[in-house]
Amino acid sequence: MDRAQCLEMIYPELEDKLVVTIMGACAQELYDLGHRENFFYLQHAMGLASSIGLGLAQHLPHERVVVLDGDGSVLMNLGTLATLARYPAPNLVHVVFDNGSLLSTGGFDTHTTSGVTDLAAIARGAGLEHVSAVGTPMEFGEAFIEAMERDALSVIVAKVRATGPDHYGMDLHLPENAFRFKRFIEERKRARRPDAVAPPSA
Amino acid sequence: MTVSYDNSKSIFEGIKAAGIRSISALPETWLGLLLQRAEDDPDVSLIQVAREEEAVGVAAGAWFAGEPHVLLMQNHGFLAAINGIVSLAQLYHVPLCMLIALRGHWGEPYPWHTRGGTVTEEVLRALSIPFEYARDPATVGRRIQEAWTLSQSSLYPVALLLTRDLMEG
Repeated sequence: MDRAQCLEMIYPELEDKLVVTIMGACAQELYDLGHRENFFYLQHAMGLASSIGLGLAQHLPHERVVVLDGDGSVLMNLGTLATLARYPAPNLVHVVFDNGSLLSTGGFDTHTTSGVTDLAAIARGAGLEHVSAVGTPMEFGEAFIEAMERDALSVIVAKVRATGPDHYGMDLHLPENAFRFKRFIEERKRARRPDAVAPPSA
Repeated sequence: MTVSYDNSKSIFEGIKAAGIRSISALPETWLGLLLQRAEDDPDVSLIQVAREEEAVGVAAGAWFAGEPHVLLMQNHGFLAAINGIVSLAQLYHVPLCMLIALRGHWGEPYPWHTRGGTVTEEVLRALSIPFEYARDPATVGRRIQEAWTLSQSSLYPVALLLTRDLMEG
């Protein structure tokens, strides 16, 4: 299956969640489905998307956080799986799109190509309780719905083809994305307070 | 020399006095007593990472969530975190308030720390990260507040180096 196909399937669920995605193809595919202020595109610092997700989930118990990660990124920060297991935020879903490739930096094989390294097994070994390994759109859809309904940290390792978009470009500067993502979260917090007053209409 | 119980307390109180209740850390000898206080304090959220670079991600998450946050690590951990500091924090203007235990510096008896001790300040300068030294428990609270304030106003990483004078005082 293709990552873009998976993203399209779950996009309606992502619309009101805090989403942190890795760089390159994954970021572009999400952006192309429709950018929202609650999406943060981590265009570098490979490995840290899940760490950002943990920081968000820990401090925003009323929000659901979805991390869209990749095998290359997770391999760069394998420790994250142990840290997530040690601090299993119940409002966090960690999706790892495993295409066996460092696609966005040249299409090189990663360690998961040809089944050498099994990220789902590493996740379980790290102590994560709810880990699904999926390979079809149906399996992915089901795993994602379960993860959304589960009040516990969930990891979904989805085997996808090494495909990507045929164009790259966002009408969004990197710091702009960071600032607007933070403002979005602030606004949501403010709206949630019992004494919240609606902002004056424009 | 052993790690100072009283000075670790002063540092922890300084963190709380600055309004910070969220910490990401990777323990090391000098930070042990300080982190124990953080673990035992129900008002403080502590995430201990497996590698210091993760703390940069956790700190960014706390920043986006609007939660004041401090990172605690040793200087070799800072070296391990450089890519995260540069291509997440600096790239996206995410402030980092880092308390960094300065090993391998004046008075260091252990040979393995010495190379890291030699390069820490140069690397901080190379990354244009403002840094100061915390030497005195009487003023460490103020140094932490100042580090915090500068990180917020500059939207940039700031480092407070926890020295041997303070940690083994």
